Amino acid sequence: MAKELSYLDAIREALAEEMRRDPKVFVLGEDVGPYGGAFGATQGLYEEFGEMRVIDTPISESAIIGVSIGASLRGYRPVAEMQFADFISCGFDQIVNQAATLRYRYGGRASVPIVVRAPSGGNVGGGLYHSQNPEGWFIHRPGLKVVAPSTAYDAKGLLKAAIRDDNPVVYFEHKYLYRRAKGPVPEGDEIVPIGVAATRRAGDDITLLTYAAMVNPSLEAADRLAKEGVEVEVIDLRTLLPYDKNAIFASLEKTNRVLIVHEDVKTLGIGAELSAVIMEERFDQLDAPVLRVTYPDTHVPFSHVLEAHNLPNADKIADALRRLAAY
Amino acid sequence: MPPIKRTKFKLSHEQLGEMFYWLKLIRGFDERLSALVKQGRVRSGVYTGIGQEAIIVGTCYALRKEDFICPLHRDLGSFLMKGVSPREMMGQMFAKETGLSKGRDSALHSGVNELGIFGNTSMLGANLPVAAGLGLTFKMEKTDNVVVAYFGEGASNTGDFHEALNIAGVQHLPILFICENNQYAYSVPLEKSMAIDDVADRAQGYGFDGVAINGNDVLAVYQATQGALARARGGQGPTLIECKTYRWHGHSEHDKAFYRTNEELAMWKSRDPIPTFTTYLKGLHVLTDEQEKDIEAKVKSTIDDAVEFASNSPDPAPEEAVTDLYA
Repeated sequence: MAKELSYLDAIREALAEEMRRDPKVFVLGEDVGPYGGAFGATQGLYEEFGEMRVIDTPISESAIIGVSIGASLRGYRPVAEMQFADFISCGFDQIVNQAATLRYRYGGRASVPIVVRAPSGGNVGGGLYHSQNPEGWFIHRPGLKVVAPSTAYDAKGLLKAAIRDDNPVVYFEHKYLYRRAKGPVPEGDEIVPIGVAATRRAGDDITLLTYAAMVNPSLEAADRLAKEGVEVEVIDLRTLLPYDKNAIFASLEKTNRVLIVHEDVKTLGIGAELSAVIMEERFDQLDAPVLRVTYPDTHVPFSHVLEAHNLPNADKIADALRRLAAY
Repeated sequence: MPPIKRTKFKLSHEQLGEMFYWLKLIRGFDERLSALVKQGRVRSGVYTGIGQEAIIVGTCYALRKEDFICPLHRDLGSFLMKGVSPREMMGQMFAKETGLSKGRDSALHSGVNELGIFGNTSMLGANLPVAAGLGLTFKMEKTDNVVVAYFGEGASNTGDFHEALNIAGVQHLPILFICENNQYAYSVPLEKSMAIDDVADRAQGYGFDGVAINGNDVLAVYQATQGALARARGGQGPTLIECKTYRWHGHSEHDKAFYRTNEELAMWKSRDPIPTFTTYLKGLHVLTDEQEKDIEAKVKSTIDDAVEFASNSPDPAPEEAVTDLYA
């Protein structure tokens, strides 16, 4: 029986293993040192690797990322922690202008192998600035890779892949899953490749595309639909940039119907792009319009009542699936 | 604040002659670029450092191959002094396949890791956190290499400046922060963007020394650089050197710079770093009129060759507009 870890412990294990494997890997961020990170993702690393590889920084997101970029140009593989994904906006320029463009403007002669870890997502009572899902900002920027795991297995395997990748990777780790998602994790040198989706549930009637904390409510809704005679194929994208177009198209070929579910807001969330690409390239295979269940175009309120009103859930997803099935 | 200890330095006649050559080459390069813009042969994006050359020569001449520089947008000369050929630089300005970025971007937005040159974006000050990251790696490796990071007085008002200098101070990083205070941030004069007279004073807030010097005196710049280098190489952390200077041309070549007076410009032209140094060298009998003419001829032929090379270089293949995004 393979050992089981929480999503959070899987992240910590990936960091520790990569730091042991490669002396060029180091972590930096706010409170990542002796404190072990605001969520504990770096616990034990300071003790094992010391203050030159587990670096507590001032509250300076732009410098945390800029420092990472500089170190990467000398062959290092820094893993920068944003305490919350919400704070990544303070380091936005270094990611989108400095890191994402560097290889292009260097004529292909250099790359920026950094990972920016960003604890994202709501349903944790965090309010406006501790709940955001800003992945849409980064999938809009060529030169970046963006991943968003939903399981402990992928949390570990994708982080290891991100650290080994020669490009800047924004790694969205969902806070709701930190202690709720548990399961086996890759052992040894195994990674989860960037750019490959995972089919979480097979089905022939509807393709459901989702990721991160929306995978579980999507599976729950799919189970309900199965009782109504509709088989939903749930695809966990895992990587948002570059997303796995082959997996999406292969599923669509069977189902001819697509629902996209994400916790990011609706307007220009990844659902908008996936829907457009499906329409452009597979219009003749569609028996129904591509539908979306997303967070509405608003902020994340503090009140549980208000936030629950906004969050996608199994009820909302099941309703959309029924509409698609009846089309 | 204790004054920065002046380091005694000795320059041979040959070295003084080399510094003179670099001053003339850099001036000549920028003047030629200015003419090429007017002739429509170079497409905009030219930000000359005419009048500011002593800063580049005085700093870069003191560096080793292993040291890293993080230039600002007027510091084309620093690329030449760190080892990029005049041909490659001109290819870059002509947006040709032979340029550093292969036509992807103009000016100094490209770098060469192997030569220790970082290429910044257009976001002024954004090179400073990267400089901190480069410096961090030198500290990790316990080498005595240094980073020289250039910025204008305008960029000293950015958040990146503050974040980078703060981290450099906290971590005692081996960095020289070289301020090229040329009195204007595009059109905005110093007194409208800072409530203090000297950028050097800002260093105090980060726990290291700052000194303001005459940036038009190449030997003063060299001397201050040697002092700061000794500190950085000796593990005593960063230094800020504010070089007071003036840019003769507008912000870029299209800017007529009507926001300043002719009298002001004339006053600063009377402080031209090159004739001052020429007179000094001739007084020492280091430079004869004949040698001066020889150097001028060498500068002209070098630049002529670079222009011919760039003119005859191929344009990038159109499809290269979408390559080199990912490693």
